[in-house]
Amino acid sequence: MRKSRPTRVLVAKCGLDGHERGALVVAQGLRDAGMEVIYTGIRNTPEEIVNTALQEDVDVIGVSSLSGSHEKAVGKIMKLLKQDRARKRLVIAGGIIPPEDAKKLRKLGVAAVFEPGSSLESIVEFIKKNV
Amino acid sequence: MTTPPGSGPRKINYARDLGDPGQFPFTRGIHPKMYHERPWTMRQYAGYGTAKESNQHYKYLLSHGQTGLSVAFDLPTQIGYDSDHERAEGEIGRVGVAISTIEDMETLFDGIPLDKVSTSMTINATAAILLAFYLAIADEQKVPWEKLSGTTQNDILKEYIARGTYIFPPGPSLRLTTDLMAFCAERVPKWNSISVGGYHMREMGATAAQEIAFTLSDGIAYLKAVKKAGIDVERVAQRVSFFFSADIHFLEEVAKFRALRRMWANIVKKRFKIANKRAQMLRFHVQTAGSTLTAQQPDNNVVRTTIEALAAVLGGAQSLHTNSKDEALGLPTKESALLALRTQQIMLHEAGVTGAADPLGGSYYIEGLTDQLESEASGLIAEIERRGGMVKAIETGFVQREILRTAYEFQQAVEQKKEIIVGVNAYQSEMKKATPIFKLNARNQKEQRERVRRFKQRRDSNRIAKCLEKLERAARGKDNLIPLFIEAVKNKVTLGEICAVLRSVFGEYRPAAKF
Repeated sequence: MRKSRPTRVLVAKCGLDGHERGALVVAQGLRDAGMEVIYTGIRNTPEEIVNTALQEDVDVIGVSSLSGSHEKAVGKIMKLLKQDRARKRLVIAGGIIPPEDAKKLRKLGVAAVFEPGSSLESIVEFIKKNV
Repeated sequence: MTTPPGSGPRKINYARDLGDPGQFPFTRGIHPKMYHERPWTMRQYAGYGTAKESNQHYKYLLSHGQTGLSVAFDLPTQIGYDSDHERAEGEIGRVGVAISTIEDMETLFDGIPLDKVSTSMTINATAAILLAFYLAIADEQKVPWEKLSGTTQNDILKEYIARGTYIFPPGPSLRLTTDLMAFCAERVPKWNSISVGGYHMREMGATAAQEIAFTLSDGIAYLKAVKKAGIDVERVAQRVSFFFSADIHFLEEVAKFRALRRMWANIVKKRFKIANKRAQMLRFHVQTAGSTLTAQQPDNNVVRTTIEALAAVLGGAQSLHTNSKDEALGLPTKESALLALRTQQIMLHEAGVTGAADPLGGSYYIEGLTDQLESEASGLIAEIERRGGMVKAIETGFVQREILRTAYEFQQAVEQKKEIIVGVNAYQSEMKKATPIFKLNARNQKEQRERVRRFKQRRDSNRIAKCLEKLERAARGKDNLIPLFIEAVKNKVTLGEICAVLRSVFGEYRPAAKF
């Protein structure tokens, strides 16, 4: 699918966890692949993430979750996004999300969950194919 | 990892650069006999859910031979929110135990004698409050504070860099840090009032040399803050301890611990002009590197943890935590936690490594690596000095950018297969054996929230208000806040209530953008 502008991605950390290595490395990798990337920093609520996503009119929201609070947090994000009828955005997630929970997130509409050890290449390819 | 220049036998100035174990500059170890006399403490970091659940888990670990406690707190507790705060939603008990009230703390240590068990608490922004809880429990158990042994991490600078559980800006945060250090030096003499850490920065992507440089620079910053506050540095320095990673590059890690001891001894002696031997000794806890664990083929992680633990032991650590094999997937299950503890016990009792201090000392390769790491780390410490010291370097984002750079370089090396990670970018398996994963009991989260609400309702609200007023006045002044925290928690003020007052006085830290 041809885009008239570079893909815009919001890399977001939800909840109270402050470990940013994964989010920052992914953000850098996506930028190096030619995307426009905004990073939220730590300690964001689902409401703040969705507000930023809409304000920045991003194509993709990537949620990083390591503390185990992903189900509630991502569930809320998906719920809030459904209220925005303007357009569909790709939601992906990564971090410490066990396979069982990844299935649940995908049922909620998350397009992909990237487990530890996922390559930047695979994330970039997925976004390119699905945006 | 690089080869030391000119591999082969090298000239060593033994007295200046090594010394015997137990002799300045302590390169070879801080005690003459090391483990021959006293084994390292087996101190597994643990905690989850409610105080009751964690209390049972600690008893389980102690019954299986763990020799010291290490408390993990949940994120709300670390960031100063009670379990009934709206920001605690979904986070209660996830990464550690939820502690909001003195009753929670009583439950956590129920049946655990504080005069017999040493406790390390991984707590930073709210360290002083958790220590206040601990001292209050000691009073209830009728254990004099002079008998208490343990550690509060109390290392806020690395929070700004790599861990993110800060609350207040650096100025007020350092006031709380030095208040705690001064109080303990006076009243809780066997307590390690601070554990200056490199583990988290290493996990964030720092190299071994950066781990050394940034940690020792933090140590320098803390001693400077102590001095500035008019506190006796020599006295406090004797109870400064450290916390490092044991990463998977085995030989480099052994060398790293040796370089660390030599460098800190020289910093304390030459820069701070402290002749006291105890103050010059770098005492440290080690955790095997979590970031080396893989979600793929988790059994491989037992091998990794064993190699890393051996590096810590041959490197002379005083205390050790070994990771469980399933920690790339979640908190450890009971079975994998036990295996991690058994790893240390086999190492201590079966592997024959305790007979001599620094058994790898004198190896041309280890001495070369030690020198090389010291050289690289010294250059970086000098760079930080040029930039105005560690607090400045953090505020300008220099340290964070350096670590992100090396983290990104590592990721690229993995993607290009210049770094091989077995099971991840080589030797992958199609077959995924189902690994049992630890599940938190979500119902307990709700119970904890309700328990805290009921606790708050049962109190004398006048007394609480008076305590908080007193706290606010003191926070605006210069007095040591620890005695007031102790008084407050004994009067049933909660952690979150204390922090709300401190937030209103100190403000909240607003980090510079990292990306």
